[in-house]
Amino acid sequence: MQKVAPGVAVAVTRALLLFSLLLLLASQPARGAVLPVERADALYHSYDGGGINISGPAVLVRKSITDSLSASAKYYVDTISSASIDVEVILGASRYEEERVENSFTLDYLQHKTLISLGYTNSKENDFLADTISFSVSQDMFGDLTTVSMGYAYGSNKVGKTGDPSFSAESRFDNFSTSVSQILTKNLIVALAFDVTSDAGFLNNPYRKIRYIDPNDSNNFILDSEVYPKTRTSTALAVRGRYFLPYHAALYAEYRLFQDSWGINSNNFEVGYTQPFAEHWKANLHVRNYSQSSASFYSDLFPYANAQNFMARDKELSTYTNLSFGFGISYEFSGSETGFIDKSSINFKYDMLNIIYKDFRDARQTAYASGSEPLYRLNANVMQLFFSLWF
Amino acid sequence: MIERLLLLVLVYASLTGCSIEPWVKPYERANLADPIMSFSEDPLSQGYIHHVLQAREGARGAEGGSGGGCGCN
Repeated sequence: MQKVAPGVAVAVTRALLLFSLLLLLASQPARGAVLPVERADALYHSYDGGGINISGPAVLVRKSITDSLSASAKYYVDTISSASIDVEVILGASRYEEERVENSFTLDYLQHKTLISLGYTNSKENDFLADTISFSVSQDMFGDLTTVSMGYAYGSNKVGKTGDPSFSAESRFDNFSTSVSQILTKNLIVALAFDVTSDAGFLNNPYRKIRYIDPNDSNNFILDSEVYPKTRTSTALAVRGRYFLPYHAALYAEYRLFQDSWGINSNNFEVGYTQPFAEHWKANLHVRNYSQSSASFYSDLFPYANAQNFMARDKELSTYTNLSFGFGISYEFSGSETGFIDKSSINFKYDMLNIIYKDFRDARQTAYASGSEPLYRLNANVMQLFFSLWF
Repeated sequence: MIERLLLLVLVYASLTGCSIEPWVKPYERANLADPIMSFSEDPLSQGYIHHVLQAREGARGAEGGSGGGCGCN
């Protein structure tokens, strides 16, 4: 039997490999990925809790330009009226008002089974400007049972301070995200998402203060500036799933783990249930629990001035839990006679947040000695009323 | 050896049309296509809730949505 030279065998193997790869790519079945659904939403939102009221309108329009190109635009306003605990401790009993306006544009391009998205977001407040660009690629594979997505976003922020025109600072972030969604059965879909975000620059809130014990009277405290690290890196891993119940309802759940280089560890779990009924109606109930540990440089009350290199008293960096309950109700209208509108719906959603802080005290309670004030609690009502149109 | 194994896998994948035979056929996906099974059924509403939570919680990321700016006082 004639022997084949090893070099020839390797070359033949490689040629077959290349041919098989090309054949595999050519044998992918027809398109599975789709462009985002054409729809328009007009929403009014309201947040009321902890002395803060934030409300405003939001509009989102998604429209296909060609068979493979879709565009969307979003307009969002926060009108803020605040006399929060943070404002009252630092400024006394005064209320401030401001507005934030956000505009976003997204382009989605579909090529075979690949969806490519480009996005730009601009957010403006009188003391905070934010620009974000994003890019993501999503690919359907394995008979369209699996969708793999990868994305990158870059954000650049300019931070100001009302009443101090000399204050100006900048920050930026890079975000890398990846996710896989997988159809497991004809009634079950799950998704896994992983994010890494890296921030650099001025990451404080310029208005917040730390407090330390007054060296002349230990019952009192003195306010001082916060000092944050100039960098932060965080990772988040989430798994979520949806199960279709035999009587036309959906049960869903989500679990997320988070940790960052500031020492914050958190996790949250959510479970929800959606039930269409009486032909046009749909109801949703959900409950969510979030808990986190504090940042390593957080303290409610520092022992003396300049006690550490980094010091924070942001309650968002403290140890706390947030237990929230919510419901939603929707009514769907049939399409118009003209055929321009496929369907429309009117929706109301309500969520109640209950945040219990474990090491953030209510420093407004001057009847108590510093460090022995009652722990702070925050209850908030979050409401949304929106109208959706599919065309 | 690795190349030969890879070749075997690719030849099998090519011959079977698409590496893995989908165990849930396209015509069996009616339930999954129902809007109540979408991870982002109402994107504007979902984005708003993410923004509310991001401003009040230390965690961020892997939400399956996006937010922007501060608006957190």
